[in-house]
Amino acid sequence: MRTEDLIKALVVDLTVSKMRFQHILLGAITSGAIIATAVFLLRLGVRPDFGHALDSARFLFKFVFALSLIIAAAALLSRLAIPGVSAGFWAWGWLLAPALLVVAVAAELFVTPAESWQPRLVGSNARVCLTLIPLLSIAPLACIMLALRQGAPTRPGLAGAVAGLVASGIAATLYASHCTDDSPLFVATWYSLAIGLVALVGYVVGSRALRW
Amino acid sequence: MGLRGAEEEWALLMRAAINGDSSAYSLFLASLTPALRTVARRNCARIGLDSCEAEDVVQEVLLAIHLKRHTWDVDRPIGPWIMTIARNKLIDARRRRGNRPTLPIDDLADILTAEGTDDTLDRQDLDHLVGKLGERQQDLVRSLSMEGHSIQETAKRLNMSEGAVRVALHRAIKALAALYRGGDQ
Repeated sequence: MRTEDLIKALVVDLTVSKMRFQHILLGAITSGAIIATAVFLLRLGVRPDFGHALDSARFLFKFVFALSLIIAAAALLSRLAIPGVSAGFWAWGWLLAPALLVVAVAAELFVTPAESWQPRLVGSNARVCLTLIPLLSIAPLACIMLALRQGAPTRPGLAGAVAGLVASGIAATLYASHCTDDSPLFVATWYSLAIGLVALVGYVVGSRALRW
Repeated sequence: MGLRGAEEEWALLMRAAINGDSSAYSLFLASLTPALRTVARRNCARIGLDSCEAEDVVQEVLLAIHLKRHTWDVDRPIGPWIMTIARNKLIDARRRRGNRPTLPIDDLADILTAEGTDDTLDRQDLDHLVGKLGERQQDLVRSLSMEGHSIQETAKRLNMSEGAVRVALHRAIKALAALYRGGDQ
């Protein structure tokens, strides 16, 4: 087919569509979050002492961490998926969440006695955390991956990994309200491990499914 | 036409196209193609691909621009968006040939200052990919492109509804892009 003929075919295929990729991505993140929330409320639910827990800075910090991860990773993702847009501030901005975590860990080590560090780190349900965060990430990750197939990431693996961060950020936010281990030492160890696992899955899936 | 002028014109035409103006879209693609061809030839020569393969790259870039046009943010300049797509497709072409070294790719500024190349050399039939489509898809694509029939005429001839022709054409275009990528989906 000559290039001129291809152009003719493309022109015939033109349809009016005001839907931009940013809207598609935002819609996917929102739908993923809604599905994950529904699954969470139906199967897990918040912890029994949720009301009391709201008074605890450690409990609230888990949300600060997870929400900052969602926001920074989503901002980076929308830039990675669009050709010709540089990541700019957000190339490093996603480090905000881990940086907050480092500060919280330092504060925890400062205010608690050394004997309590190990039980705080090990917590009471590390295995549940490692299972439920990835499970709750499935729906958001699937929604975001579908949206990213509409995008054009020049580095598909990286975009997939960052999609994993957004998805596991959503999962971590939900799981944080269920889990009774609030120490930053626990969060830094097990939440990070679970999030890293989902990001790895995102990388593997992305490098195959997001080529265009 | 200076760099600014060309970019602004492309952006203007593309904005009109997004709102459904197909003659603006046709102008946009026709005006962009010689610039893409220059950049593709220059870079293909550098990495040891011939001009026929350069034309493949041009077609692949046009397909990507078409299928990914909703990723262009209408408030941003269009040049970097086009160039990034082109660079990506050149890197793919190089990878298919198994060439590893990093590929320096000309700026948009370079293409626009280059003289337009004659396209008489590009009349080779690039039918090999269309040939891999299903028979019905081939028929449809040929009818709408090379034979220049309208959707209505094509629908009548192939005994399909106009909607079905549109859907089938879109699928065929996506299939062509996938074939260019090397058959993966």
